[in-house]
Amino acid sequence: METRELLKWSAQVKLREKSKQEVRFEHGHRMCAGCGAPTVVKMVLMATEYPVVVSNATGCLEVSTCIQDYTAWKTPWIHTAFENAAATLSGVETMYRALLKKGKMPENVKFIAFGGDGGTYDIGLQSLSGAMERGHDMLYVCYDNGAYMNTGIQRSSATPLGADTTTSPAGSANPAGKLQVRKDLTRIMGAHGIYAAQASPSHWLDLMTKVKKAHQIKGAKFINIIAPCNRGWRTATDNSIELSRLAVETCYWPLYEIEDGKLKVTVVPEEKKPADMFFKPQGRFKHLYSPGNEGMLQRIQAEIDRTWERLLKESEQAC
Amino acid sequence: MGKVVAVTGNEAVANALRQADPDVCSLYPITPQTDIVQRFSSFVANGQVQTELLNAESEHSAMSAAIGAAAGGGRVITATSSQGLALMWEMLHIASGMNLPIIMPLVNRALSAPLNIHGDHSDGMGARDTGWIQLWSENAQEAYDNTIMSFRIGEHTDIRLPIMVCMDGFIVSHSIARMEYLEDDEVKKFIGPYQKVNPLLDLEHPKSFGPLILTDLYHEYKRLQHEIMGRVKNVVLQVSDEFGKLSGRKYGLFESYRLEDAEIALVILNSAAGTSKDVVDELRDKGIKAGLLKPRLFRPFPYVEVGQALKHLKAVCVMDRADSFGGYGPMFMEISSAMYQADGEGRKPKLINKIYGLGGRDYMPHDARKVLLELNEIAKGAPVGAVKEYIGVRE
Amino acid sequence: MKKWTELVPGAVVLEAGSSARFKTGSWRTFRPVWLQENCIQCLMCWLYCPDMAVKVVDGKMTGFDYDYCKGCGVCAKECPGKQGKKAIVMEPEGK
Ligand SMILES: Cc1ncc(C[n+]2csc(CCOP(=O)(O)OP(=O)(O)O)c2C)c(N)n1
Ligand code: SF4
Ligand code: SF4
Ligand code: SF4
Ligand SMILES: [Mg+2]
Repeated sequence: METRELLKWSAQVKLREKSKQEVRFEHGHRMCAGCGAPTVVKMVLMATEYPVVVSNATGCLEVSTCIQDYTAWKTPWIHTAFENAAATLSGVETMYRALLKKGKMPENVKFIAFGGDGGTYDIGLQSLSGAMERGHDMLYVCYDNGAYMNTGIQRSSATPLGADTTTSPAGSANPAGKLQVRKDLTRIMGAHGIYAAQASPSHWLDLMTKVKKAHQIKGAKFINIIAPCNRGWRTATDNSIELSRLAVETCYWPLYEIEDGKLKVTVVPEEKKPADMFFKPQGRFKHLYSPGNEGMLQRIQAEIDRTWERLLKESEQAC
Repeated sequence: MGKVVAVTGNEAVANALRQADPDVCSLYPITPQTDIVQRFSSFVANGQVQTELLNAESEHSAMSAAIGAAAGGGRVITATSSQGLALMWEMLHIASGMNLPIIMPLVNRALSAPLNIHGDHSDGMGARDTGWIQLWSENAQEAYDNTIMSFRIGEHTDIRLPIMVCMDGFIVSHSIARMEYLEDDEVKKFIGPYQKVNPLLDLEHPKSFGPLILTDLYHEYKRLQHEIMGRVKNVVLQVSDEFGKLSGRKYGLFESYRLEDAEIALVILNSAAGTSKDVVDELRDKGIKAGLLKPRLFRPFPYVEVGQALKHLKAVCVMDRADSFGGYGPMFMEISSAMYQADGEGRKPKLINKIYGLGGRDYMPHDARKVLLELNEIAKGAPVGAVKEYIGVRE
Repeated sequence: MKKWTELVPGAVVLEAGSSARFKTGSWRTFRPVWLQENCIQCLMCWLYCPDMAVKVVDGKMTGFDYDYCKGCGVCAKECPGKQGKKAIVMEPEGK
């Protein structure tokens, strides 16, 4: 709590200045009340002090921000399909370079793709990997809400172990919900030899710093940002930020970055909270607190501990 | 004026693309098209074009990137065949629905399974409902000429549509033929500079591409797409006319060969039309009034004009190098529609359909001869047997 | 509704930020109420609001834009307030 306060105050002056800049993401969008994704988008755009072109994968963010004549975007924006936000933007960026070379575009235009976890970890992984390997000068942001929310909360490879979704439901034959551990996409992206980071809107200064840093690097960048979804997580509408904070403080969602192959943890919680604090308020984990599922809870905690220890060790070695 | 050369279809098309000097080329290899993008990559590596190359990791991404690049606001090319086109399918509809001119040579090849890399028209025919313009080419010269014209057609501000230029895999793509190149500066002048329409990269006027459209408006957007497709025919004729003045080579919506006074005719696409024309000549020498119609613009299909050109005949065989399993051959379905609508004063030709040459199976003069002689009997009153039949198949 | 003849080919949306014409305030069942006396002007409400519905003028919180506020309550939850007293409270709509 105290560090949080401190963070807030240290950046307050900057925030005041920031509030005077235009946010290139307009109200009137149709995401659910209290959705985490628009806040993520807003923060990413606020940290982008350049002209920017955005590409968006099919998903909640896309269908809710550009409907018929109503677009929330005040930047050039393109959506083509679900699995190809990276490929589409790589085409735009390539055209930009072609026109820049001929003196038909200004320097320093930035390119950002937004995709949900389904569009990024699953169906769009090939397109993302291809674009990153080719080294397009772009930042790919995954807003990770841990399921295919737009189609009604189906499990993705980003869905946490134990979550009850409409395609990994907890039932009498399988009381545990999803049986697999999440895919560690951030590290997979790090293995592409690019700047890759994990962020949370609760830790907005860390988030914006990572976005700013990413824009300073020429080439492909990837940032994975947790974006609570009250519909899919079955929580109240007011706690998207609180849950994203608890995700960090329980080390379920560690904040780190990988640069030049070196991993650095950027926020170490003052006290590592028990996983329950993140899991228990969410309806998608309710079944885990029924008798018989104790083993799952232990497995979840063990998984979090193992990952966190490993990250800390790597981070220390890198220092 | 032009330079006479002996080149493969792929080399001819690659040179047309070089002369067009596009802003972006997204690519992915697949036989028999690979040769085009390899050659084009060398043009880039050797500074013969200013193009930015994008080596996609799949055809789906190659088409997605082509769409992004075209939306950006510049000239875009890619090329594919068969499985590659099939993988692009989702994005083909998006390219046309977004009104983005993308130029794409399609080197026709069979579709799996079973795996086969040789020429037939299953790929192009499968994409006929994607909203793309399709031009089909008999030989290297036509493929070259159509490629050059496709920039003018697809990028025309009345339409702004993506366009496929089809030629037969291996039979044309890999065979050396005599043809004539236009000079680089002639082509440059003919194609002209790229004209932007609502470019995404206009930073002063941010636009959103790809909105969600609900039931209350989607139908209207499709009506608009239909309208725009309806304008293509005139643009093709106008551009072909201009091209004819430049090159001396005449192109229309289709080619009629000895059709005016004919009684029987074949309708046949691409390279097999060449073989068939020789047989038409041979039968003419024997007093049989044979003719041929070779479609060029397959999408949008010129129903009225084709109907007019065929309505006086007694019997027509539509030759399909693709099958619509459970249906007639795809070209047959078009010709049937055209003939049903055609005003023939109560008289319409008898129609039959032959499926030939799948997976690169040779189409020989004796195949054409056999079909034309069967037509001759039908014209004289013999009954039509099976409407649709495979030919050149081991029974 | 538009006729097909009035549409932009390719369905391009030409007006940036046009969603501002779509008011989402009617979605609200609870409304945030600002208690200025408890406000320390930290701008967390502005930063975290998913709907750009916190009005900030010259770097200062001045109230809510009820045309767009969906009443999620994130701002109230995140508001630190003064000495434990929140500067934003949620009240049932229509009260
Ligand atoms: C090729 C294809 N397959 C499936 C779909 C259906 N679909 C649309 S959005 C979506 C889920 C999106 O999930 P995610 O990427 O996590 O974004 P979210 O909606 O959760 O924000 C799916 C399955 C599609 N549009 N295209
Ligand atoms: S379903 Fe979830 S992710 Fe989608 S808009 Fe609603 S809260 Fe946001
Ligand atoms: S969060 Fe609370 S204290 Fe901070 S500016 Fe908003 S109302 Fe004032
Ligand atoms: S209640 Fe929600 S939408 Fe309304 S101002 Fe607060 S954070 Fe924004
Ligand atoms: Mg999701």
